[in-house]
Amino acid sequence: MEPITFSAILFGISVLAGALGALLGLGGGVIIVPALTLMAGLNIHYAIGASIVSVIATSSGAAATYVRDRITNLRLGMFLETATTTGAVAGALVAGLLPGRVLSVVFGVVLLHAAWTMFRSRRDDVPAGVVGSPLATRLRLHGVFYDPSLHRRVSYQVTGVPQGFGMMWLAGLISGLLGIGSGVFKVIAMDIMMRAPMKVSTTTSNFMIGVTAAASAGIYFLRGDIHPFIAAPVALGILLGTVVGTRLLLRLRGAAIRQVFLVVLIVVALQMIWGGIQGTMR
Amino acid sequence: MEAITRMELVISYGLRAGVLLSAAVILFGILLCAVSRNTGYAPILPHHLSDILAFHQGAGPGYFPTVPSAVVSDAVAGKPYAIIGFGMLLLIATPVVRVALSVVFFLVQRDWLYVGITVFVLAVLLLSLVAGVG
Repeated sequence: MEPITFSAILFGISVLAGALGALLGLGGGVIIVPALTLMAGLNIHYAIGASIVSVIATSSGAAATYVRDRITNLRLGMFLETATTTGAVAGALVAGLLPGRVLSVVFGVVLLHAAWTMFRSRRDDVPAGVVGSPLATRLRLHGVFYDPSLHRRVSYQVTGVPQGFGMMWLAGLISGLLGIGSGVFKVIAMDIMMRAPMKVSTTTSNFMIGVTAAASAGIYFLRGDIHPFIAAPVALGILLGTVVGTRLLLRLRGAAIRQVFLVVLIVVALQMIWGGIQGTMR
Repeated sequence: MEAITRMELVISYGLRAGVLLSAAVILFGILLCAVSRNTGYAPILPHHLSDILAFHQGAGPGYFPTVPSAVVSDAVAGKPYAIIGFGMLLLIATPVVRVALSVVFFLVQRDWLYVGITVFVLAVLLLSLVAGVG
């Protein structure tokens, strides 16, 4: 393959990954890492470096829109980020000690279970009848945003703060150990445990994954895992893709986003189970 | 619903500017590389893909700078791979700047609980970047 062909294909795949990532609160690594390893047999170091770049690009590319439109719940994201960052540090510290492959399979099964739970609520645009917990009220986690697809302001409350916090810690641990799919766990934590509207869950996850990725980006950069030839088309493609992804998020209804998320969730779950069995996870 | 605050607009425009700047620098690096057919450290030959993608550690046809000071000085010297690397550093900086601006946002709102929470996150973030944990 010519270098230019490789770059062009990588750019195209990244646009798709950026659009999907901005819509679902994921980092694009879900698409890009398999594409790179299958398409080019790429060394895992460069694949992970590209994944880190794609997560940050997805997060920051979409963030300007979500901040301006006030869909991302900054307090919720910041509060939960304390759990994610400490979990990631813990994950990095124990990375050698825990059986990564077994955990990969276990988490994959957890995700499948979560997919089943979300499947049952797949028609909900906004969760009904959520009463905010006192702790959530004290932490000022409730919010309001304008949903263009419903043509109205949506006022929402959240609950399940300890469970959400615990799940976020786990998400951080997973990203520290396995390097994949922490965005998925973030969305699930906010959707299932804290009962936030789907758009709030994905856009807040979008904010959080950027912070988490930035924390490890420094070490990957210094290690030489971020190869300019590979990371450049990824970054540009993702940034372009987020323009499309943010438009989609605004126009689609929460239920539609939930259904797309379900499909990707199952793919990620199977990737984790398969990767654990095969031993191809990092 | 309260009107959007000035700090939120600053964060939003700041993110957009940071992302566009990073993209412009990366694009410039790509174009320079393509036009000069050189990475700044080695020529790019046709059918060179497997060499480019093979994992390198140190000097060779796939070399690129990884220490930020070298990235900046080589970028200023016009080496395409270093320019791209500089664009990557700018991109990596955007979430960090966002968290830092959020501290200001909560300060302006006098939300001391969240000033504390955000400073904590910023501290862990900066320490991780520097010390390479996580």
